[in-house]
Amino acid sequence: MNLQAIKSIYTFEMARFFRTLAQSFISPVLSTSLYFVVFGTAIGSRIQEVEGVSYGAFIVPGLIMLSVMTQSISNASFGIYFPKFIGTIYELLSAPVNFLEIVVGYVGAAATKSLFIGIVILATSYLFVDITIAHPVAMFAFLVLTCLSFALMGFIIGIWAGNFEQLQLVPLLIVTPLVFLGGSFYSISMLPPVWQQISYFNPVVYLVSGFRWSFFGTADVPIAVSLLAIGGFTTICLVIIWWIFKTGWRLRA
Amino acid sequence: MTPIVSVKDLRKVYASGFEALSGVNLDIKEGEVLALLGPNGAGKTTLISTICGITTASGGSITVGGYDTIADYRQARALIGLVPQEINLEPFEKVVNTVSFSRGLFGKKPNPDYIRGMLDTLSLGDKAESKIMELSGGMKRRVLIAKALAHEPRVLFLDEPTAGVDVELRKSMWETVEKLRQDGVTIILTTHYIEEAEAIADRVAVISKGNILLVEDKETLMARMGQKQLRVELTDTLSAIPDALARPGLELSEDGTALTYTYDATGERTGITALLSDMQTAGVKLRDLQTSQSSLEDIFVDLVHEERSA
Repeated sequence: MNLQAIKSIYTFEMARFFRTLAQSFISPVLSTSLYFVVFGTAIGSRIQEVEGVSYGAFIVPGLIMLSVMTQSISNASFGIYFPKFIGTIYELLSAPVNFLEIVVGYVGAAATKSLFIGIVILATSYLFVDITIAHPVAMFAFLVLTCLSFALMGFIIGIWAGNFEQLQLVPLLIVTPLVFLGGSFYSISMLPPVWQQISYFNPVVYLVSGFRWSFFGTADVPIAVSLLAIGGFTTICLVIIWWIFKTGWRLRA
Repeated sequence: MTPIVSVKDLRKVYASGFEALSGVNLDIKEGEVLALLGPNGAGKTTLISTICGITTASGGSITVGGYDTIADYRQARALIGLVPQEINLEPFEKVVNTVSFSRGLFGKKPNPDYIRGMLDTLSLGDKAESKIMELSGGMKRRVLIAKALAHEPRVLFLDEPTAGVDVELRKSMWETVEKLRQDGVTIILTTHYIEEAEAIADRVAVISKGNILLVEDKETLMARMGQKQLRVELTDTLSAIPDALARPGLELSEDGTALTYTYDATGERTGITALLSDMQTAGVKLRDLQTSQSSLEDIFVDLVHEERSA
């Protein structure tokens, strides 16, 4: 195991994050505040309660998930796409490292960044609503797992992308709709039966539901199913990345 | 002595069907400077990229320091430093950070003293804290060398280190190569400048259309270049060289109408005067005289031309 390489990639990537720390901090705080103003205050005041929780508090887990998922994907996809774009990828390909070391370095850094943003959003939401977290350890574990699995997906997108447009394509066309339709701002039980059934094909439903369970102790789907879904998703991403490095797809001529 | 880099029957066929390398065999000796000379599209970069692991081979095998580049890629790659042809650097990074990153990536513990020392050697000492984007083109190239040397490799590949750089920078690059050679680093550089191979290489390998056409000591090649030929057209046909004229370097053409005398133009005595006077004594009449000299360029062009027409 080339631990030195993992450390180098991780710290190099984190340095980029720290250079733009103010930006990284301000933008999630601002967008969270906007969501609270629009959804929590304007719309939430007309909605009584959802599953015994005030609407303002109810959307907190979904809000964190929304940001964490999109941030994990964009951080990780950019992290690996950038060396491809400017050509420094040659160094990575000629270094004595295996796919796991590269992935741990890049995905680890991307997940750390989005974890930081997730925590910032959680802290910001305390300014607007009262929240008590029922299962703090589970909450943190879900958050970390989500950061990691979506960063893995972002990593794949970064390798696949041939230009900056493609880099934006998957997050914009697939991930954002899935996250919005995944129960971030509502409970699946609020939907008509047909749409409930359709929703169960959306993997994000399981993540949001599990995460919300860690906050309020109630969930749309059993917690074990949520864990299984996130575990399966992570495994699929890892297998794809292993295959990419084995075959050199989009990396080696 | 076992070669530091050994390439056997290396083939590379790209997905497009283009065969960039068709069975390359090449042994590189430890501590030498080998110039890989060839026209554009000859397969120079493909060969280097395949040795370094950036391109996957279609067939054959490569060992570096005795380690197979596929089976023992960690050990093999740790010995190699690569300076690519293009200037691929992150513009917003500081010089010292990007160089330290390279060291870590190759599994070496941080060593700021070594990095500083190396940057000084490459005349980048005062630029360590500068951002890449603030550097000149020549400095950026030296940063690429610094990155390649950051993990103290034993073999350094330089892909067209002086392509498109001015004369002064080219000279300073040659000096850098010489310094590295003195430190015991084996250097393989690709170039299409013949004078570059002449200036810094110990051996020259000529590659064309994915084949190595020749690998020879530069001295031997230079000696071949230092030789001149005197062609003497005869009035009367000879069936054999008369005994009075026989001497090393003299040959009779197949049709017996001309004598060719090969001599060392750099030597004190060329033997031309003696030959001509002996011919007069022997009664061999000459009709015309001409001399010719082959340069590395000629040898190169001939080799590449033969290969193309073959």
